[in-house]
Amino acid sequence: MDKPTRALPQPTPETQHFWDGTQADQLLLQRCTDCAHTYFPPRPFCPSCSSRSVEVYAASGRGTLASYVINQRPHPAFDGPYAIALVDLEEGPRMMTNIVECAQTPEALQLDMPLQVRFEQVSEDIKLPLFAPVTNAPNGANT
Amino acid sequence: MTGIAVVGAAETTELGKIPHLSQHQLHADAALNAMADAGITAKDIDGIATAGDRPTDLAYYLGITPTWVDGTSVGGCSFMLHVRHAVAAIASGQCTTVLITHGESGRSGVGRGGFPRAPASLAGQFEVPYGPMGPPTMFTLPVLRYMKDYGMTHEQLAMVAVVQREWASMNPRASFQDEISVDDVLNSKMIAYPFHLLECCLVTDGGGALILTKADRAKDFPNPPVHILGTGESVETPMVSQMEDLTSSKAFKVAGSFAMQDAGISHADVDHLMVYDAFAHLPIYGLEDLGFCKKGEAADFIWEQNTAPGGSLPMNTNGGGLSYMHSGMYGMYALQESVRQIRGTAPAQVPDANVSLCLGVGGMFGASGCVVFGKEPR
Repeated sequence: MDKPTRALPQPTPETQHFWDGTQADQLLLQRCTDCAHTYFPPRPFCPSCSSRSVEVYAASGRGTLASYVINQRPHPAFDGPYAIALVDLEEGPRMMTNIVECAQTPEALQLDMPLQVRFEQVSEDIKLPLFAPVTNAPNGANT
Repeated sequence: MTGIAVVGAAETTELGKIPHLSQHQLHADAALNAMADAGITAKDIDGIATAGDRPTDLAYYLGITPTWVDGTSVGGCSFMLHVRHAVAAIASGQCTTVLITHGESGRSGVGRGGFPRAPASLAGQFEVPYGPMGPPTMFTLPVLRYMKDYGMTHEQLAMVAVVQREWASMNPRASFQDEISVDDVLNSKMIAYPFHLLECCLVTDGGGALILTKADRAKDFPNPPVHILGTGESVETPMVSQMEDLTSSKAFKVAGSFAMQDAGISHADVDHLMVYDAFAHLPIYGLEDLGFCKKGEAADFIWEQNTAPGGSLPMNTNGGGLSYMHSGMYGMYALQESVRQIRGTAPAQVPDANVSLCLGVGGMFGASGCVVFGKEPR
């Protein structure tokens, strides 16, 4: 699915741990040690209570399909129409992703279907967290 | 009331395809038309606000020496925020007469800057790699969740475009004027499921400008003042994936409720409504987040022709971004239509339009600005 033309993220000091995590096949989230709020995307403070006392932990990699569109216009990194999806993670935060191991059709992409993270190497330094339906998935969970 | 009024308003002489004008000249054409409308020149203007281009560029280009400058740029609703900031600036004596300009060569791309999203930005790291290709694949992302949670059908989403084309059919300046059916919308090309071409905004060239001053100076100007009764603004997130609720805009709720309280009006006072419609779901979100409809009921409200010509709440009466024009930052055109309706000069004029509410959105669901206009100061 991936070709070198996919736009690549450029980590910052505040997000480097996240991208180091995906390189190690881990989906890392942050949690406030004062108010226990879990959040994404990464930043070194809690967006709920402004505390700087936060910790990084590995998420389950499980989530559900929150919403998506299927883009019909050609994109150099994708073959044919592809879904740009939102996944609600088990831990609370929502993130954008693509759905793999699944037909890119409204019939196959059912909202609220369970998903499991996959890590796809898109450059030497970057693995992107993508998600696959749980039903036909080999066990790729990180717990 | 704010004590501030619009005393000049105009769009570019042409709308649609304007390849013979640069983006700066689109600003200038609209600004000169607005100055003529107000019977003033650049020498009478001491405040300037714009978005997309820098206020420095336009002040210099137009020959304005401002004592007040606003370059707030939060997407297509920036001009609603400019109105709000200008109200405060004029009221506090920082300037007396403000020009707000917009020009955008959205279709022809003549002298237009871009909106790059840096790879190190949050969106650059956590959205762009997944292949979004501009607003048709981002603004649209929340709607399947809305459809499932509230049972909205594809036909109901399509009806938004049908109703707005009814309004556009009455407007000789609208880009598309031929009436369409729900089937026409559903049979138009799929752009990003579930959005068809006719549920996406136009891409055109154009501009618009407003001139604001104290309402008690209104007798110095040729047109009756359009009073600014109240304003509101807010921002939520630069990433559509991070909206707190995929079925509602927090910025709409904050900006809308503040503006209505500021104006001292209730829903029943609103004779005319503009809700920025870059895509067909926005009027549905707007009607609910402003409180005109209960959650999940706006699609039925539109389906039953309440916002159509002759309906109880005329909405997007210029034809909107779906049929009138959409240069990229549509907010200025929504403001212009509110001003025309209050002046009584709109092509599809609403009878007895005494209060008009204008809600803008910007940067997908990132930002919102809201302005309430009135024929009387209240």
